[in-house]
Amino acid sequence: MCLLNFNKTYPTYYAIPALLLFVIFFFLPGVLGIFYSFTDWNSLRAEVNFVGLKNYLKIFSGQYDFVKYILNTVRFTGLTMITKTVFGIIFAMLLTHKLVKFQNIQRMVIFIPQVMSFLIVGLVFKSLLNPVTGFFNNFLKSAGLSVLARNWLSDSNLALSTVIAVDTWKGVGYLMIIVIAGIHGISSDYYEAAQIDGASFLQKTWHITLPLLKPVILNVTVLNLTYGLRVFDIIYALTNGGPGHATEVINTAVYSEFSKGNYAMGTTLSGILFVFVMLLSFFILRVLEPEEKS
Amino acid sequence: MRARKLTAGILINAVTCCVSLVFILPLLVVLLNAFKSKAESNTMTLKLPAEWMFENFQTVVERGKLFLSFFNSLFYAGTGAVLIVFLIGAAGFVLARNRSGIHRFVYYFIILGIALPINNVTLMKIMKLLGLVNTQAGIILIYTAINLPISLFIVFGFIRNIPVEVDEAAIIDGCTARQLLLKIGLPLLSPVMVTIFVLNFMAIWNDFTMPLYYLNNSGKWPMTLAVYNFFGIFENQWNLVCADITLTILPVLIIFVLAQKYIVGGVSAGAVKG
Repeated sequence: MCLLNFNKTYPTYYAIPALLLFVIFFFLPGVLGIFYSFTDWNSLRAEVNFVGLKNYLKIFSGQYDFVKYILNTVRFTGLTMITKTVFGIIFAMLLTHKLVKFQNIQRMVIFIPQVMSFLIVGLVFKSLLNPVTGFFNNFLKSAGLSVLARNWLSDSNLALSTVIAVDTWKGVGYLMIIVIAGIHGISSDYYEAAQIDGASFLQKTWHITLPLLKPVILNVTVLNLTYGLRVFDIIYALTNGGPGHATEVINTAVYSEFSKGNYAMGTTLSGILFVFVMLLSFFILRVLEPEEKS
Repeated sequence: MRARKLTAGILINAVTCCVSLVFILPLLVVLLNAFKSKAESNTMTLKLPAEWMFENFQTVVERGKLFLSFFNSLFYAGTGAVLIVFLIGAAGFVLARNRSGIHRFVYYFIILGIALPINNVTLMKIMKLLGLVNTQAGIILIYTAINLPISLFIVFGFIRNIPVEVDEAAIIDGCTARQLLLKIGLPLLSPVMVTIFVLNFMAIWNDFTMPLYYLNNSGKWPMTLAVYNFFGIFENQWNLVCADITLTILPVLIIFVLAQKYIVGGVSAGAVKG
């Protein structure tokens, strides 16, 4: 039916500069990283020797903390996905409720952290959460709740939770905005029909709003998943992986191995993430592009 | 019934106000403490400053090298975003329209980058081979490359909604491939291109990882790295730290207020059916 000669009208070479940049600065390092993960590449010696699976054995033998870093990454990813989704949906529903005043301003206020740098958010909270001088503990003290004051970022049992809370504070506005857009897209006919059938608010939420929002939420969850696995900035700014290695994740460990000159170890950790995400991506592509049939 | 509705209204508004406070308070505390003296900011509270110390900002600009890093950030974010707009304009147009084998593959291959982590250890090796470590051109190329995938995804969704008949009409009227892209494609794409520009500008402006790895000369640092460094040096002078953070947030907030429509529209486009 189509009148066009596609290859002449849309010549392939238009896509080549973008493809080239992507390959050189993004894909090639990833693949090269897997190759180097089988070597002893470091900053001390110029030659690079093949060492087989030694780096992988070192990571998974349990002798070092590397498994813990991987688990921290998974925990951070899983928990931030949940907190952002849950709070994002709750805020979206509150701020689309007809009784709530000043909806737009409040939405913007919750969205503001989203446009700020992760690093800045990290520094803001590092100041506020300082156990002695910070706003948080001072506020608790003045409210007569000094028992609740904690070493938010330097207590190794608490640090990861604090980091997750700060990351949620930053990222929840994104989810909220997306869900609000989704809610606006739901036809009011459904709610009117439910109203006639005598459905309560909770029933309407559970049987209409949430099921219809599912595709939207799924998309954002995927983005949160890939963000969580790659997290670096906010942790580096808040705790730099500490105290001890309580909040160390894969990418902060990569940076510290890199700074120490253990390039092979850094690239192995990064490579594990690369392969894992590659496998996940087959699933992700299907979620992001559910109707690539036309 | 009316009384119940009133209570519900008050209750739900109280809840949302508390929620909004949670998001605005941290920023307010930083802003207030930026105006305080060193001693006063030593216990961070919401109290108004006893004396408004505007000179904190001057100190910060001078000692934090804020002007230089501001212009560095502006340069990286501006150039990177423009590069992405042009590269993605051309690539997105072709990849969205021409769906034969190889094009389909290239599209999926590039948007794989939305999820993949960047291996900075080996990227460093490539940067060294190309002589791009510690250069402004190098950092801009990296920024362009790593932000291509999500940009392509957004633009692709947009182009798919422009009817192909527009192109057919142009070709029948004697348009060449290049004219089609420049005279028909890009003008039709301009709304999404503004979105792409703004989103990438902010992404690059806010980035911290890349300069941390690839720029070790403080004269080339963008604002994020400069403020991080400042924080490390002045960690016990909270008034200065807060002033520095305030000045660093300011440009982003201004862009946000000006380009709100594109930012909110852009982030939604990625998720709510592009």
